[in-house]
Amino acid sequence: MIDLDPLWLTFKLALIVTMILFLIAVPLAYWLAYSKSRFKTIAEVIVTLPLVLPPSVLGFYLLIAFSPENIFGKFLDHYFNLRLVFTFQGLIIASVIYSLPFMVNPILAGLKNLPASLKEASFTFGKSRFTTLTKILLPNIRASLLTGIVMTFAHTIGEFGVVLMVGGSIPKETRVVSIALYDEVESMNYHNANIYALILFVFTFLILLGVYLVNNRNHKTSLL
Amino acid sequence: MIKFRAYKLLQTAEGKVPLDVSFDLEKGQLLSLYGKSGAGKTTALRILAGLTTAERSFIEVDNELWDDSENKKHIIVQKRSIGFVFQDYALFPNLTVKENLEYALQKNEDKKIINELLELMELEQLKKSKPFNLSGGQQQRVALARAIARKPKILLLDEPLSALDEEMRFKLQDYILKAHQYYKLTTILVSHHLPEIFRLADIVIHLDKGKIVKQGKPGEVFSEQKLSSKFKVTGEIIEIKKADIVYIISVLSANNIIKVIATEDEINDLKVGQKILVASKAFNPLIQRIFE
Repeated sequence: MIDLDPLWLTFKLALIVTMILFLIAVPLAYWLAYSKSRFKTIAEVIVTLPLVLPPSVLGFYLLIAFSPENIFGKFLDHYFNLRLVFTFQGLIIASVIYSLPFMVNPILAGLKNLPASLKEASFTFGKSRFTTLTKILLPNIRASLLTGIVMTFAHTIGEFGVVLMVGGSIPKETRVVSIALYDEVESMNYHNANIYALILFVFTFLILLGVYLVNNRNHKTSLL
Repeated sequence: MIKFRAYKLLQTAEGKVPLDVSFDLEKGQLLSLYGKSGAGKTTALRILAGLTTAERSFIEVDNELWDDSENKKHIIVQKRSIGFVFQDYALFPNLTVKENLEYALQKNEDKKIINELLELMELEQLKKSKPFNLSGGQQQRVALARAIARKPKILLLDEPLSALDEEMRFKLQDYILKAHQYYKLTTILVSHHLPEIFRLADIVIHLDKGKIVKQGKPGEVFSEQKLSSKFKVTGEIIEIKKADIVYIISVLSANNIIKVIATEDEINDLKVGQKILVASKAFNPLIQRIFE
């Protein structure tokens, strides 16, 4: 019988990463959509970088940075008693960085597609930027928010390279489904590998199906 | 009383053009900014609203200083008491008609005005509808009602009727007049539609390439001489026909074709396609070319 711990760990990781990223991505996308800062282009590149960079490259740099042998890792270890290499916390931080574009880009696209006059109209009624964001902008890009949330969740579930580099394969700590699947294959245990693979496949298929159904329906009603 | 002075370099199709506009406006008046696209009408309106910043500006509204670039004073748009009707109406798609109006209210403001406005603009039947279910004319009425809801010191209208057909335009001009008179609002209307300006505006400023070319009452600005007349209609000549010893000029005004008799002297200067003003003193209509 397969070990269920990796399933639970994967789900927990994806949920936490999605929640953290949502809180980070909304203000970040707002800034990227409306700021006139010179650093905006650089910020856009950094946000999108994990999309094109091989996960092992990102994982390698994070491994080096988190290592207690080096300055950043030593600092965390010394002052916060925090180890990020081969720990669940480390996986969370690595996944947040790795999945950043999957949350930020849909929200950014949603904000950019809204007419500028919506934001300006809200301002003319004396409403603050925060009120405008929560009462007007976000409710009108619900489809983009849903896309961002689901893509981040699904992408975190499916990640492998970064997790392997930063987390390794420690049972109940960093051994997520994709790693468990790899381990099973390595030990020629194809039956268990098959079950893990099928669970991931069906689960991600259903998630995406759900998003497309909801977004297509929203699209139709908004055209009526 | 509004004092407005602004200077800003505009990026236009013909390169950089300086926008240099100043005017004073009495309380309760309706001013129209008229000119070709790219003349700087909308930019002037946006500077007044605080949505665009100018290189140099001085804006005072009812003794409140909104902008004074010399003393580095700039009040942000949120703190200015304005109602702005955008060209695309900018209704919030996630809110119903009534919620759109309520959103415009300030904290602790009386909600009574919402029902009053829904009634005045004949929107009661639609108050629970979402904006995408409304026609263009209905959306425009909601945008107008919403801009008035907070009882702003100035109402700013940025070509609010340009997307509508002639008939709808005419009806909505009534709503604008009604609202302007009922709430005694000081209003600035950006428009390039002459009949609209004649109908609505107390004063008109004609802008061209960022500069004020002419300003005054519509009749003064758009015709050469001052007339005192009983009624006036503006329109475009669509036909000039000889009939015995006189000529008959057909003028298209809004959706109506008006036929006017003219003498040979009068038609000398006139051609099909020109805009004219037809005014009448008791019996004989006066016909005069409009210079834009």
